[in-house]
Amino acid sequence: MSTEEAPGAAADAAVARILAATVHPQAGAPRGVVVDSPPGAGKSTLVVRAARELVTAGERLMIVAQTNGQVDDLVGRLAEKAPELTIGRLHAADSRPGPEVLRHANVTPSDKVADLVEHDVVISTSAKWQWVRAEAPWRHAIVDEAYQMRSDALLAAARLFERALFVGDPGQLDPFTVVGTEQWAGLSYDPSSSAVVTMLAHNPQIEPHRLPVSWRLPASAAPLISDAFYPYTPFRAGTGPDDRRLTAAVRPDGSALDAAIDRAAEHGWALLELPARHTVRTDPQAVTAVAATVRRLLERGLTAHSEQGEAPLTADRIAVGTAHRDQAAAVRAALLKAGVPVDGAAGPAVTVDTANRLQGREYDVTVVLHPLSGRPDATAFHLETGRLCVLASRHRHACIVVARAGIAELLDEHPSTEPVQLGVSVKFPDGWEANHQVLHHLTGHRVRLR
Amino acid sequence: MNVSTNAPSRGHSEPLSQRLAELRGPAPQRSLNARSLAALAANPGCHRRAVLDAAGVDKSALASRLGRPAPFGQSPFAIARGVIFESRLKADDYAALLEPLRRHLGLPADGGAPLVVPDLLRRSGSAVRADRTAEALAAAAADPDAWTLLDHPLLRLDVAGSTAYLEPDAVVVHGGRCTVVEIKSFPVLDGSADPAKVGAAARQAAVYVLALQHAAAARAGEALAPDPYTEQRLTGSPRLSVLLVCPKDFSNRPTAVAVDVRRELATTRRQLSRMTGIGRLLDALPPGTGFDLAVDEDGGPARSADELATAVEAVPAAYSPDCLSTCELGFHCRAQARCGDRVEQLGRGVRGELGSIRTVTEALAAATATGSGTDEAAERLAYAAALRAEALGAAVR
Amino acid sequence: MSLLTTLARLEAVRSGRAEPLATVRHRHLSDRPMVVVPLTAAGEAGAPLAVLLGTDRDAPRLHLVPQPLNRTLRFDYLAELAADLLPYLEFFGADVEQIEGSEKDPETGEKTQVFRELCADAPQLIVPNSAGVHHLALIGRSTRFRRTVEDDEPGPYPAPVRVPLLGRWLTHLTDRAQVPGSSLLLPMTGLLARHWATGQSHLEDQHLAARLAWHFPPDGLAGAEAAERAESTRDERGQLLHPPAGPATDPRFDEVVLGPAIARYDAATSALAHSTEQRDDSGAARAREAVREAIEQLRGVLTAVLLPTWHDVWRGIDLLRTLPPAGHLEERWTGDRWSYTGHRDRLAAGEPPQPRQDDAVTAARKLAQREREQARLDVQEALDDPLAMAEHRLAGEAFAGVVTEVVPDYDTTGRSPKPRPLVTLRTDDRPHADLGREAHRVHGPSTQKAEIVAVDPAEGSITLRILSGMGRKKEPEPGSLPEPGELVTFTLFELTVRQSAPLPEPDDTPWTHGGPPGAAPGPVPSTSAFDEWE
Repeated sequence: MSTEEAPGAAADAAVARILAATVHPQAGAPRGVVVDSPPGAGKSTLVVRAARELVTAGERLMIVAQTNGQVDDLVGRLAEKAPELTIGRLHAADSRPGPEVLRHANVTPSDKVADLVEHDVVISTSAKWQWVRAEAPWRHAIVDEAYQMRSDALLAAARLFERALFVGDPGQLDPFTVVGTEQWAGLSYDPSSSAVVTMLAHNPQIEPHRLPVSWRLPASAAPLISDAFYPYTPFRAGTGPDDRRLTAAVRPDGSALDAAIDRAAEHGWALLELPARHTVRTDPQAVTAVAATVRRLLERGLTAHSEQGEAPLTADRIAVGTAHRDQAAAVRAALLKAGVPVDGAAGPAVTVDTANRLQGREYDVTVVLHPLSGRPDATAFHLETGRLCVLASRHRHACIVVARAGIAELLDEHPSTEPVQLGVSVKFPDGWEANHQVLHHLTGHRVRLR
Repeated sequence: MNVSTNAPSRGHSEPLSQRLAELRGPAPQRSLNARSLAALAANPGCHRRAVLDAAGVDKSALASRLGRPAPFGQSPFAIARGVIFESRLKADDYAALLEPLRRHLGLPADGGAPLVVPDLLRRSGSAVRADRTAEALAAAAADPDAWTLLDHPLLRLDVAGSTAYLEPDAVVVHGGRCTVVEIKSFPVLDGSADPAKVGAAARQAAVYVLALQHAAAARAGEALAPDPYTEQRLTGSPRLSVLLVCPKDFSNRPTAVAVDVRRELATTRRQLSRMTGIGRLLDALPPGTGFDLAVDEDGGPARSADELATAVEAVPAAYSPDCLSTCELGFHCRAQARCGDRVEQLGRGVRGELGSIRTVTEALAAATATGSGTDEAAERLAYAAALRAEALGAAVR
Repeated sequence: MSLLTTLARLEAVRSGRAEPLATVRHRHLSDRPMVVVPLTAAGEAGAPLAVLLGTDRDAPRLHLVPQPLNRTLRFDYLAELAADLLPYLEFFGADVEQIEGSEKDPETGEKTQVFRELCADAPQLIVPNSAGVHHLALIGRSTRFRRTVEDDEPGPYPAPVRVPLLGRWLTHLTDRAQVPGSSLLLPMTGLLARHWATGQSHLEDQHLAARLAWHFPPDGLAGAEAAERAESTRDERGQLLHPPAGPATDPRFDEVVLGPAIARYDAATSALAHSTEQRDDSGAARAREAVREAIEQLRGVLTAVLLPTWHDVWRGIDLLRTLPPAGHLEERWTGDRWSYTGHRDRLAAGEPPQPRQDDAVTAARKLAQREREQARLDVQEALDDPLAMAEHRLAGEAFAGVVTEVVPDYDTTGRSPKPRPLVTLRTDDRPHADLGREAHRVHGPSTQKAEIVAVDPAEGSITLRILSGMGRKKEPEPGSLPEPGELVTFTLFELTVRQSAPLPEPDDTPWTHGGPPGAAPGPVPSTSAFDEWE
């Protein structure tokens, strides 16, 4: 790929190669096709296209996603973009799919796979697929968010298909377990590792494809995210520096919050820094600052200008990301108090969630409570590369990070005595190093809140 | 552990090394080695350790003088086993060592290019040995077809103004590139080994790799690559995977495993670059502070235990229970943390839950406070205390 | 570590004594546990040095390897260990009960009644710490593949007959010890840590004697001082007054005490070999006596270094016995009994020893089992112990309060109306009670599900709609609902554990995981199944 090539052409070429390998595999080609997709690189579009082309080629198809939210998203997108397909939404007996999914005429929900086998495409979570006992009529599967799927889940579901397209973002959060798995560390099929890692270890002839262009991340974010989180598989932004703009109807009131918002509108990033202090996770001042920032974002009547036209920045285009659930709950409570809608069932609302749950999501503006803010110590959880990567790569326009001062020192003083397991390939980058890089960049966009 | 006087470094940092020498007094300097450099990573936030290590103070002797000697030691059985394993590897012209290296590095079997093992003057002084290693390394790297094994080479590394001498077990050079070989006596059992020990070995090996990177860059007249993950491919550049040679399973046969040390290398680079900040720590010391462990002509100590304790106290520590197994002063610092009523005595993680509360008394006061305070941590403690009292009361009932 | 545990530790700092972390005992304790205190020879993985073991605290038995590098002596030791331990392990296999179950015919789907044997009780090994568990695992790994004279090809160094069998038992027990809540093999430090907090860190709690110092501080001492004494006080020879609980020995002990004693044994045996070679009968007799004395001396020093830990483990057992057993102990111990019975049956069926590494399917099954048991343990501990439930309440995953109002209401959408009453309670807890979230009643007359319909944090009130557990009629069964004034607890997590999804048989391992084991030419360990010892 030459750097001169237009992003659209580079991305199209990559997609064409992937579709050819998936829909018309050469004789003797490996049974899996793997696509590594950085944030917002058109993964969902690729899945829809692959599904359509496979069905056109006369195949019936099963799709595996990891959460009910992801499945519903995918069903909605597929139903809309490919109205000619009949889609079966297989769900668990005690969890009905969301109402937005069922309004499509070409979608049939059922908790029994037998009701759905005649459909062109059947979609469900990996947890539900593992229980499907039917004599599998599918030759092809698409596994979405495959890096989040655990190896043991693939082991249970792989008997259902012969060939599969695995699509996912290797930079996001790894699957995890709460019990000890040391005895399997280094085994190619460690059940707690990622499904893709296992599958590739056993099928070394598979060369992962890469989507080279992020359509979500603006030109202000793609280089940083690429350098900090994808050091060996760089990507670039699909839009130029002038393609995305945020404008405000209301002039700044001179407050630090507005200064941060303006900074983010202009540069794509802002670090709203509170004075250094050790706090508990639900640092009330930081939580208040996050909520106040969101409220000001809405009050100032921002408009997002992009290659897709212009649109007002409404509550549903804003997300708040945190590391912990209690932090999300505290932010939600603070937003409610500030009169900002947070309940999606009652109209457009701000999404407030943890990094785990924001995976795969996209917003115009994000406000992030830095995982290390106010902490006296950094733990492996807070330093996990994927967590920061998810939080820093959900936005199309701007990301405002709220944090207490002192993170650089905290990182410097963090003991780096990680154990090393033989045979486990080291994941790059290291969270500590990535945190340093991101923080270094953010420091250039710092606004102090006193 | 080798005790030697460090050579003054080239450059303009005499004032710093002079100040450090004054802190140490006339006692011999504990030289920095790969193990002590790697150990910096164990608690980089500890100013006490940073100052004492930079000054080359014998922390073990210091701990004894302070009344809480370090409990570290190695069993003679373990030492003997390590020596036997390494000597077995090197017997018969390195036959046992070459066997696993052959598989990993593509070393030709007998009949191919002969293995060159240059004499590295191991009985000479550090400076001579390091010069000799540099020569041998340059010569070996210049001939891409040759296979060269450097047995216990001595590498130089500039650390915060003084020169550290580092001694890897072996370095293999071929194709113009070199590979660090670390020999350890812990076993690789069914393909896996104690992760803590492998991690320590990787951090130690990363220091060697860094020294070799500096050497290769200096030879080529280039700067070190700014990105720590980039593999600089200069003549004589080290590979970023090292070979760990360990006993296999329950036997004495060696096995070699490649260990990727890029992550440890990045960490080491950052930690060492921070070492230059030691000057600021020294500025903060009260005048007259010193850690002189020497003995006077009449056999009495130059400084009393109380004086030493005061001097140690003058440099703030960042104690955590991990220090007990990684630092000679661990028991001393624990006693101080307990005296100071610090919550750190319970572990690093505890502070995360207590926010700005720093002492046990403060925490327990918050737990028993009735009014709703302004502090979130105090409020949560009071809530937890209420739940605990209720649960224990319910159990008694 | 949760804030409640931290609080208990803070209290322990203040009181200088261990403070409770549980109101009941959460692990099964056998009436006749086998205490095993092993020591390892430094420098070599899993090289045994000695062990003190037994079921009677007043009669520990010592086995030792006088020269740990000598293969024959190591085999002698393992044979002794097998002879001592196997009768205990096998004893529980004899007494069985018949458990009725049903099996589905895979062809016809018809259910048939079957009876399976379940051993009435099972063995329990208690070691001082988790390093002890690891040591037993290494012994298991190093012995279960060894050939014996009974093998067709015994090889040059056949092991005593029962040694591989011991290895298989130890492998089973150490593997089972990975399952959360299991009790076939337990480390004492872990047992104590579950039930009491000390005023020191988890790291320091790994030292059994230091940990116990917080429970039994000598007169006038606070726990911290007593613990430091246990960790570091030495006699005039530099020997620790309280030796570490092993399996690693103190290096100074190796240097000053053990090393010379082994050297004396070595000298005596070579003298014996020499005199035997020289046919010097009187010399040989003297040398034999010297060997005997050297072994006696080794027995003496090893007993001295092991006995303090032996007593510590029994003191720990005494402490645990002061706690009443938790309600779900019996159920979890039944799981251990099944595990024991299963291993007994596999041995009887002549199955080969456990492989060095699990295949893909076995690894996934074990992981699923451990996750399931962890979930079960969390739930059961919370149900059994108000302190464990307090953890969940503090985390916002459960709430307790007094019922203030019960309002009848009905679901009339179906053919017949169903009871859907509203229960309001007042609570000081602050759960993550989002509207619509499912809640589960704790200690109700039957499992009862509810849905959160209103939350008023200012008033401290939560209203739930009860959805199940009220019988089949229009009106709730009497007693099925809480009454005003009653103290109730609800959790936001399920109180039953979900089943794990089925996995394929190892022979059906899919291509994504390398196909059936042995089918692929992949990176299979190439060495024979029998290690060499040098």
